[in-house]
Amino acid sequence: MSMIKEYQTVSEVAGPLMLVEKVEEVKFEELVEIELPGGEIRHGKVLEVNQDKALVQLFEGARGVSTSGSRVRFLGRGVELPVSEDILGRVFDGQGRPIDDGPEILPEKRLDINGEPLNPFARDYPSEFIQTGISCIDGLNTLVRGQKLPIFSGSGLPHSKMAVQIARQAKVLGTQESFAVVFAAMGITFEESEYFISDFRETGAIDRAVLFMNLADDPAIERIATPRMALTAAEYLAFEKGMHVLAILTDMTSYCEALREVSAARKEIPGRRGYPGYMYTDLASIYERAGKIMDKPGSITQIPILTMPEDDKTHPIPDLTGYITEGQVILSRPMHRKGIYPPVDAPESLSRLKDKGIGEGKTRKDHADTFNQLYDAYTKGLAARELEVILGEAALSQTDKMFYRFAEAFEQEYIKQDEYENRSIEETLDLGWKLLSALPVTELKRIDSEFLEEFLPKFKEENTEEETS
Amino acid sequence: MNQGRIVRVSGPLVVAEGMEGAKMFDVVRVSDQRLIGEIIELREDRASIQVYENTAGLGVGEPVESTGEPLSVELGPGLMGSIYDGIQRPLDAIKAVSGDVISRGIEVPGLTREKKWDFKPKAKKGDKVGPGDVLGEVQETTLVNHMIMVPPDIEGEIVEIKSGEFTVEENIVKIKTEDGVQELNMIQRWPVRETRPVKKNLAPDAPMVTGQRVIDALFPVGKGGTACVPGPFGSGKTVIQHQLAKWADADIIVYVGCGERGNEMTDVLLEFPELEDPRSGEPLMKRTVLIANTSNMPVAAREASVYTGITIAEYFRDMGYSVALMADSTSRWAESMREISGRLEEMPGEEGYPAYLGTRIAEFYERAGKAICIGSDDREGALTAVGAVSPPGGDLSDPVVQSTLRVVKVFWSLEAELAYSRHFPAISWLRSYSLYTDDLEDYYIENFGESWIQMRERARTILQEEDDLNEIVRLVGIDALSPENRLIMETAKSIREDFLHQNAFHEVDTYTSFEKQFKILDLIMHLHDRSVECLQSGKSIEDLLELDVKEEIARAKFTPEEQLDSFEQIKSNIIAQTETS
Ligand SMILES: Nc1ncnc2c1ncn2[C@@H]1O[C@H](COP(=O)(O)OP(=O)(O)OP(=O)(O)O)[C@@H](O)[C@H]1O
Ligand SMILES: [Mg+2]
Repeated sequence: MSMIKEYQTVSEVAGPLMLVEKVEEVKFEELVEIELPGGEIRHGKVLEVNQDKALVQLFEGARGVSTSGSRVRFLGRGVELPVSEDILGRVFDGQGRPIDDGPEILPEKRLDINGEPLNPFARDYPSEFIQTGISCIDGLNTLVRGQKLPIFSGSGLPHSKMAVQIARQAKVLGTQESFAVVFAAMGITFEESEYFISDFRETGAIDRAVLFMNLADDPAIERIATPRMALTAAEYLAFEKGMHVLAILTDMTSYCEALREVSAARKEIPGRRGYPGYMYTDLASIYERAGKIMDKPGSITQIPILTMPEDDKTHPIPDLTGYITEGQVILSRPMHRKGIYPPVDAPESLSRLKDKGIGEGKTRKDHADTFNQLYDAYTKGLAARELEVILGEAALSQTDKMFYRFAEAFEQEYIKQDEYENRSIEETLDLGWKLLSALPVTELKRIDSEFLEEFLPKFKEENTEEETS
Repeated sequence: MNQGRIVRVSGPLVVAEGMEGAKMFDVVRVSDQRLIGEIIELREDRASIQVYENTAGLGVGEPVESTGEPLSVELGPGLMGSIYDGIQRPLDAIKAVSGDVISRGIEVPGLTREKKWDFKPKAKKGDKVGPGDVLGEVQETTLVNHMIMVPPDIEGEIVEIKSGEFTVEENIVKIKTEDGVQELNMIQRWPVRETRPVKKNLAPDAPMVTGQRVIDALFPVGKGGTACVPGPFGSGKTVIQHQLAKWADADIIVYVGCGERGNEMTDVLLEFPELEDPRSGEPLMKRTVLIANTSNMPVAAREASVYTGITIAEYFRDMGYSVALMADSTSRWAESMREISGRLEEMPGEEGYPAYLGTRIAEFYERAGKAICIGSDDREGALTAVGAVSPPGGDLSDPVVQSTLRVVKVFWSLEAELAYSRHFPAISWLRSYSLYTDDLEDYYIENFGESWIQMRERARTILQEEDDLNEIVRLVGIDALSPENRLIMETAKSIREDFLHQNAFHEVDTYTSFEKQFKILDLIMHLHDRSVECLQSGKSIEDLLELDVKEEIARAKFTPEEQLDSFEQIKSNIIAQTETS
């Protein structure tokens, strides 16, 4: 191990970047410590080495860093997180330093925050149903243990409320284990973060939570490290300590903006809307850190949250995220305006892993069919609603009207629920049948006749009883 | 060979000096960790290298050593059922070395060295053999008879040929060539960026039957053809690719997961050994090779992975097999080109992609085709290539989509709107096309008679008419339509919902034989024709919309293949319920 050399050869500071010259043996991605003239310590990492120059990304930004007087030390290792089981219940800043009043972590080990890619051959396919108690997730966009399912939201929409409700209610049927929560805040407000923390406190989840906080007024570039810190903690808890971890990352939009800032400062050729061309790869290096491993007990289920700029789903941040994650839950402003919580846009939302997480022995055998039918009927209702807006009610055929009514009922009874309402999967599935039973059997093409015979009569009766009473 | 030294590290790009004597595309070993890289630019003794492994921790001054060889794959027994990373390292072997994660600098050969294969010679001492001639066979899996061929660059007389159990490294034959006697084992090494030769290219003349109704009926791809599946996220590209990998009537499947999700590869790995090939009843994995370079694996290896895949596919094509290659997603491959090009500071073209994007894509699809293979028996092989494309925001003006459409002959256009209403496969029946329908005409006539083509064209016309009528309905409502047009709308709906719609996750619906496809469409068209007659004889459209038999038609697709006789009953019900007397 060579001695750590110190350099005072900073030649340029621009935005979040710093150029150090006449360096030797500097490594790509190496952690850098910068001592300002006043003694303050800052951190950064090496973005590029070229001959005797090192380009350094400054986590805390360039403020106060000058070309003269700053001492730069290359620490001979990457950015690391010290871990031990004592991280549970603790709060850290965006660079993994404790910010609650607790003691320093006595590390069992230090882990490089970039992790290493999981071998697809070692993965186990996620298939255990997680009941969140929210119908439009459990019934329509079923979440499974080890999945990465983001929430695409917009500013002012209740994504935090939903994430908190999921964290509070999530459980795997037939097991007593509760989830450990790893929470990474990136650029969100103090108020928003308090909302999460106070709920974790109330429910006692805080004891099984690890929090990494980079708030709106914290250094923006630090955010690039924050989700990696959090996922390193999550991997440690899941794959070394056998826990089931729910990782909530919010807000990925702030994260991507920090990435863009660095890219712009490097004068890279920008991709769409100024975001770097490698953003897909970069985001994948975060989102792919979810899943299960063959013959290991733990799991990481990821719920990243992002706010879509201008509610635009084709914006690069939601777009690239959707290309990597295993589905998405999209929140809709019109639904929110209608007073529907959770304001989920059901047709555009999707859980790709649901198919192996539902059905007999997991949820119920009629799940897949009823879910297809609900979608079918709801989208037909939405089409009828659109027609009505253009042509007026008179233009609607009898069938249109029927689906129109179905869509209304579906939104009001199925999607809408209270933030403290915890519906069992049985309740959710029955609710689906109840709504479908209002349609003629000939319209229920997507349901196997066996299930129609078994389930439908029960709900048909209920319906007629209601009508006569 | 001179050892160079690193002078620059920028992400996956490393620049080294002192590389005299190195050639373009040579594979190099970077640093003492011996990371694998490839030279992609040379200026005097200065080489730009794309590194196939994570470069964190590399620094200036570390050694770089050229192997003097281009990036190559090993071809021979042991490919089937394997899962490789982008540069043909077996992921199971990597797991054995480095556990659940992929560490760096691991060296494992593409073909297992331990296993002994039963080599049965087909040629004998004294035979004059040339490129592609079959020397012998190895039954690699229950589904694949692996032919051991003379490599494309060797010609001569067999002076010795063995028989029995050998590892891939043991010599099995001696050939006297102009440059002396050559000893061969069962491994051929081939540079991935070089097309393997064929004797003659042929036009596809038979469809690759996929069991997917919208594809087989409306937009078929020929064996040896090319197709692309562009679509926004979540529109069903991967499911289609998986469906083809499962059910297409190809002898060999090469599936390249390029920069996509880890779990999707795991899914294939866990599912394929359980699934039966509908023709042989054997596990599907026995005819499948997987290349997995997932999105969290190094970006440069993503670029290599499609070449690794297609080289393996060509090799099996050379044996006279019909091979299908799936690449999901070619956009990730293009993006990795873009990233490297950006770091090389090349002049960017459209959307930052390098100017050679179109050429690379065209070269890739050109490697597909039906051909007379090299070898004196003139066997015919076919390589069908299907690429998914993932354009930003689903926008088809994307350069990768456009470059791809210029070269491929089948376009399965996935539409977000269809996916939202869970109409799967979300292949647009209006926007998609297949340029093979003419080439395949003779095949259809020979196998199904003229009626199939007629029926298909009528179905297509009805769908087109529905689209026009929809315009009117949007303006003035459905009641304004004539009964005849109402009927067209109704039949179109039935074609869409009862025929084109296909649930990949339904036990029966997931695969439909051509015969069953024919019969379902026949039922729908039969009802249509009878209904037209009913309208002419004065029956009301409302009555026709309510026929009980419609539900039976809707459920026809769930009828198991061995119960297709029951369709006769449906047909007589159609006749009975549309009696005009
Ligand atoms: N034929 C089908 N039958 C039933 N469901 C389907 C079918 N095709 C797609 N789906 C549904 O759509 C989801 C998304 O499909 P898929 O993963 O293939 O999308 P994709 O186009 O590959 O998306 P991405 O670009 O993000 O990878 C699937 O998880 C499945 O739920
Ligand atoms: Mg996909």
